Amino acid sequence: MQRIGVFICWCGSNIAATVDVERLAQLIKAEPGVVFSADYQYMCSENGQQLIKNAVKDYNLTGIVIGSCSPRMHEATFRKAAESVGLNPYMVEVANLREQCSWIHKDREEATKKALVLLRTAIAKVRLDAPLTAGESPVVKRALVIGGGIAGIQAALDIAEAGFPVDIVEKNPTIGGRMAQLDKTFPTLDCSACILTPKMVDCAQNENIDILSYSEVEDVKGFVGNFKVRIRRKARYVDETKCTGCKVCMEKCPSKKGLNEFNMNLNNRTAIYIPFAQAIPNVAVIDPTQCLKLKTGKCGVCQKFCGAGAIDYTMQDTFVEREYGAIVVATGFRPINVDAFNEYGYSDNKDVITSLELERLMNAAGPTNGVLLRPSDNTHPKVITFIQCVGSRDVSGCGKPYCSKICCMYTAKHAMLIREKYPDTEVHVFYIDVRTPGKNYDEFYRRAVEQYGVDYIKGMVGKVWNENGKLMVQGADLIENEQVVIPSDLVVLATAIEPEPSVRKIATLLTASIDTNNFLNESHPKLRPVESPTAGVYLAGVCQGPKDIPETVSQASACAAKVIGLLVKNHLKTNPCVARPDETACNGCSQCANVCAYGAITYVDKEFRIGGGKTETRRVAQVNPAVCQGCGACTVTCPSGAMDLSGFSTAQILSEVEAICRK
Amino acid sequence: MRISYYPGCTLKTQAKDLDRYARVSAQVLGVEMDEIENWQCCGGVYNTSRDEIATKLSALRALEQAKRNGGKLLTLCSACHNVIKRVNDDAKNDENFCAKANAYLSFDEPYRGETQVIHYLEMLRDEIGFQKIAEKIVRPVKKKIAGYYGCLLLRPSKVMAFDNPENPSVLENFIEAIGGDPVRFPMRNECCGAYVSFKDKDLTAKRSRLVIESAESAGAEIVVTACPLCLYNLRKNGGGKIDVVYFTELLAEALGVKENG
Repeated sequence: MQRIGVFICWCGSNIAATVDVERLAQLIKAEPGVVFSADYQYMCSENGQQLIKNAVKDYNLTGIVIGSCSPRMHEATFRKAAESVGLNPYMVEVANLREQCSWIHKDREEATKKALVLLRTAIAKVRLDAPLTAGESPVVKRALVIGGGIAGIQAALDIAEAGFPVDIVEKNPTIGGRMAQLDKTFPTLDCSACILTPKMVDCAQNENIDILSYSEVEDVKGFVGNFKVRIRRKARYVDETKCTGCKVCMEKCPSKKGLNEFNMNLNNRTAIYIPFAQAIPNVAVIDPTQCLKLKTGKCGVCQKFCGAGAIDYTMQDTFVEREYGAIVVATGFRPINVDAFNEYGYSDNKDVITSLELERLMNAAGPTNGVLLRPSDNTHPKVITFIQCVGSRDVSGCGKPYCSKICCMYTAKHAMLIREKYPDTEVHVFYIDVRTPGKNYDEFYRRAVEQYGVDYIKGMVGKVWNENGKLMVQGADLIENEQVVIPSDLVVLATAIEPEPSVRKIATLLTASIDTNNFLNESHPKLRPVESPTAGVYLAGVCQGPKDIPETVSQASACAAKVIGLLVKNHLKTNPCVARPDETACNGCSQCANVCAYGAITYVDKEFRIGGGKTETRRVAQVNPAVCQGCGACTVTCPSGAMDLSGFSTAQILSEVEAICRK
Repeated sequence: MRISYYPGCTLKTQAKDLDRYARVSAQVLGVEMDEIENWQCCGGVYNTSRDEIATKLSALRALEQAKRNGGKLLTLCSACHNVIKRVNDDAKNDENFCAKANAYLSFDEPYRGETQVIHYLEMLRDEIGFQKIAEKIVRPVKKKIAGYYGCLLLRPSKVMAFDNPENPSVLENFIEAIGGDPVRFPMRNECCGAYVSFKDKDLTAKRSRLVIESAESAGAEIVVTACPLCLYNLRKNGGGKIDVVYFTELLAEALGVKENG
């Protein structure tokens, strides 16, 4: 018979306010096998843990039940405490009295009753617990970074700096991401390319970094320390090892109608192209939807002029398989589509543009060589009106409910740069709130208002329409309490940002959880902000939530620190709660292997004695404990009941159900 | 097709044209409009006070009658449509209102918003189809016609679910069907000033003038509306340069039955 101790935590008032913890500690003493029970304000504290340790020693406890917060929070804490006094850590069970009881109930009497049931259930389980020992699995000392924007670049550089090899997988032909498209960066107004491109070059030159551009992650298998990843290398029709980036092909290409994605489709590019001058790798790529040779078979001009002989029209997608110990997701964002906002007339008026389009129009390497000209007639706009929160903080269903966080600052930046460069321009900004927390941020915004005379109008815009070439912006001025109509030459929409849509596929491949807005969930919003709940997967940049460049870089470096912490280990402890087959009952039907999502089950032919000195050979299942994740799918599938899960045996689960149903 | 029809007070007095041309056109299109019995004023404006029930009861009576007679209620006046559709939405989604109103009205069976409220334009678009209507046109109205929506048909957009509130198209499609040249103008979904004219005539005049000038500079020869109050405001303040008529009048004309109206 087990000697069980029960420890009930108040969690300050989190549990104690709704559950009568003292009465609970008394009531639970009546349970068979319970030889000790206690309640304490903070069981996870040093003193709380000491209380547990003392009780284990004084009462010779063989199993303990903690009534506290979710096991996701402190199971590891209590297991460690038990281990330190010689109790097997898997003889500890946690009854979740907080998330599954006190936080969701109001009635104290009912909540106390439920807490009692939860404790009895845990006691039923601990009675059948057996000591388990964790195994070990080796760590592949290589990291994968998905996404080559500033987040991915920073994470890769930091990991490489620590001496570990890193691969950057980037779906576009070049790394650089959104930051490469920006003109200046707030709050210091330094040129985006000037601070980004040296980092891109560092990536290319770093011996530990391998850039797989124009590539996408196709499949992910394995687990923390041992991921196996299949990567599609899309056909660029240009041999990366031969192309010198001389751009002769771009001069000669006759197909010039492709939309220039890098310039937000504001101008055209050739079918064979290098996205921008500082691209890494500085290698051309052929757009198969535009290339005459690939579409019609007639042309081949680039091949003829390529001195390096790099053009290969027969190139096919190829696949590489690599192993990694850790994966960083840094898939970034895109501006939302604003077509649904008919009131702003984006699709009807060329001179209604998004902020990212303005970045390209202001950029010296952009379609207008940095001269601000309005797209409809290439004239200098004299009156420019900005509309903030286009699609952000929007509950109408057209946009996003969240604040995109960067728009207030980049709009202030745009307004300031325009007033600086073209002092004769009138600039208005419609805003709901100006949100500029951050080091030197509010000062920056105030400079736009006070020093540069930008006209900030508190209120939203209801309509933008074209009247004889002028864009009439009708909005509310909530401070003057009147409706205003501002005849403008250019209207700029501070467009909300959303996670790059490919993140959904990546999340599925990694079994990383994602929220309703397609942002990846962190393991804990405050205390584990750069880790995904899936072990070995880390999050950097906007894929986890809206953030600006300084925050993104901080998070990427934090990710790198986590990855390095993992990769320096030679072995990881494996979870001993894995499936184990009863070979005498297994009939080798393969159903368990079919449902196993991790490929942990294989079959062997084994000889069994069947009495009378005879033997027979049968096919039986075997589980690789390093690969098994303990999900239990095989145990419920096995028709002969041969598969069971250590730490969560069928007998244990049934006894828990019995405890719940007991009157 | 037979359908329960709610005309509303204004269509019996100031806005007889809206009603009679709708009826003669419906005949040609194979629709029998059954005017529901003993209907009362819809309430005039939708009351937004959460605890106000009395002014919504007459709309519920009409809706309940339609529920027993085919399940659909046809409306024509924009203002009535707005009130009835929103009250119906309350009956469907506001449990508190629904319980109180039913306790007061004591129908044989409680009314919970089962009736489908459709505006005449929605009937043309969804039940008959503009293609079918175009086939029946005998005298195409070959004019540049501006379709004026106002606000009541479109907003609140989630409840009315009539058309895209910022960029609607049903009137333009209607105008094409009757052989006209639709003129999309920026102010077509702006408010005409509505009942504000009781309190501030100048403001209404300003709003209506904006609408008319916008239609005019877009090249319109005539403006159509579905709302008696819009028609009144636009005619009174528009300066008389462009005529404003009910869309049903042009429909009857195009179908060749205007004389019957």
